[in-house]
Amino acid sequence: MRREGSPFQGVGAVAVKELTDNLSSARMFVLEWLIVLTALAALYSAIDSLRRTTAQDPFLLLRLFTVNHAPLPSFVAILGFLIPLMAIGLGFDAINGEHNRRTLSRILAQPIYRDALLIGKFLAGLVTLAMSLAALWLMVVGLGLIFLGVPPGGEEIARSLAFLVIAVFYAGVWLALAMLLSIVFRSSATAALVALGIWLFLTILWPMLAPAIAQMIAPPDPRYALLGLETPDTAMWAQMLSRISPNHLFSEAMVGVLSPTTRTLGPVFLEQLRGAVMGAPLPLGQSLIIVWPQTVGLIAGTIVLFVIGYVAFQRQEVRA
Amino acid sequence: MTETENDIVIAARDLTRRYGEVSVVDCVTFDIAKGETFGLLGPNGAGKTTTILMMLGLTEISGGTIRVLGSDPARAPLRVKRRVGYLPDSVGFYDHLTAVENLAYTSKLMGLRPAERARRITAALARVRLSDVADKRVATFSRGMRQRLGLAEIIVKQAEIAILDEPTSGLDPQSTIEFLGLIGELKAEGVTVLLSSHMLDQVQRVCNRVALFQSGRIVLMGAVADLARQVLGAGFVVEVEADGNGLDRRLAAIPGVTGVETLAADRFRMTADRDVRPDAARAVVAANGSLRRLSVDEPSLEAIYARYFQSRSGETQGARHAA
Repeated sequence: MRREGSPFQGVGAVAVKELTDNLSSARMFVLEWLIVLTALAALYSAIDSLRRTTAQDPFLLLRLFTVNHAPLPSFVAILGFLIPLMAIGLGFDAINGEHNRRTLSRILAQPIYRDALLIGKFLAGLVTLAMSLAALWLMVVGLGLIFLGVPPGGEEIARSLAFLVIAVFYAGVWLALAMLLSIVFRSSATAALVALGIWLFLTILWPMLAPAIAQMIAPPDPRYALLGLETPDTAMWAQMLSRISPNHLFSEAMVGVLSPTTRTLGPVFLEQLRGAVMGAPLPLGQSLIIVWPQTVGLIAGTIVLFVIGYVAFQRQEVRA
Repeated sequence: MTETENDIVIAARDLTRRYGEVSVVDCVTFDIAKGETFGLLGPNGAGKTTTILMMLGLTEISGGTIRVLGSDPARAPLRVKRRVGYLPDSVGFYDHLTAVENLAYTSKLMGLRPAERARRITAALARVRLSDVADKRVATFSRGMRQRLGLAEIIVKQAEIAILDEPTSGLDPQSTIEFLGLIGELKAEGVTVLLSSHMLDQVQRVCNRVALFQSGRIVLMGAVADLARQVLGAGFVVEVEADGNGLDRRLAAIPGVTGVETLAADRFRMTADRDVRPDAARAVVAANGSLRRLSVDEPSLEAIYARYFQSRSGETQGARHAA
């Protein structure tokens, strides 16, 4: 059976309204300042340590993103940790909030499909996140210009733009997850709590659990251990398991894009490195090929989570 | 009532909604004519809201068919929803937006052009007497104002059918009267109004016809007067306030009277199949009593409702008699 009319009718109206709400909400204000201040602290310490090495580094702007100066982690690591928080903050009450305010049935009685409401809200959230990230990106570039005094090259800008795009998809995964939970759980507080639980599990616990589980699946070979090497099987398993976490995919992609010397993200055999000029930067295209699987993983995660939420929402009862 | 095919705007045939094994709406059949005010009555959980949601394509239909303005709401929900306005049970608005902004959002969803939107919203707010709070945030609105704002949304839509789910529940008497007046205005414009409620006297005041729901089925349907004849067995209820010896016996003896109820020492309620007021007056005078009040009631829906459920529970459960 086919439905009549376009599922996209009303998407624009919903997206504009939600975007206005997002940008003017107190919640967004708090989250943005949290991120801006933490990022500023990271940048400040990065700039501090970079000033001393300005002359030697051909990719100064990119170093701003990745250099960490104890005790602060790098700018990118902070983003990897905080972007999910921002996305969860935007999405955790997307649908159940409408239920609880009793606006859902009134909105759905207008000539739109449920698709429009869900897609509109998702787009508005993604645009909000993209705008915040773009602002952060401009801030980094601007501060780099002011304090380092070295204009960035074209490739540096291109690489940092790739960072921006991947970061938006990373945010998309978490936004889709938060919205899925807002559909599944009728209470906003439960949805928020579950989302935060998943976030903490994947960013803090999973990196510790993944190697442990890998060792159970493929016990380390004592012969490698004697040589002080990791067992290849165990390392492979550990990496595969870590990649379940979008946080890990994001940080791998960031390493590939922002550190041009990165040649591989997994273990390699020595013979694969024959003829390679160690320490020489790769061209942008090659770096993008390296991080392509991670990027696709993030995009696919966004789509899969959104689709699960979509199906759940289509079947949901609208009455309160 | 003479109805041609074209006049019928909502037609339900054996409409059914099942959740698992439970039928929430069970083989419901009714027709609603254009310009009619139709009341859906019944206790909470009797299936009224589910029936309404099926009309709007907001919940799946398990069996039977429903046509709204000639379209199937399950297949062509947009076409139906463009012409039907819906005021849900305890309607909600975005509290941080003003009345105008709330209406602007839904009218955008309706696909109206900006100029048209502004014009219709101003007019609608004036009609529901919310013009002076148009730019106040809805958070400050009372329940009555929210209900009126919901009605303004239907007016903005210029809906041909207005579906109102429990529109007066939780309103104070003043707001209720105001709201019923607004429904009357809609009706006068030729809008078909579908009203669900458990407030019987209000339904009676505005509805041409009612359908009585009980556990998912329509158990009674028709105009209030017809139902009264069907259930109460008489069309007229006359109340007499007078004193006099043996007045109750004299009143009961009047031809056409089917029952006399003594409400107080000097107040009697008679049910009759015709207007027996002249005879009652004569009876009081004959008893040397003084007549203070003589009134005829339209048969009340409440009485029909109470009597119907009383007789049903008497039939099915015998011992457990609902007081």
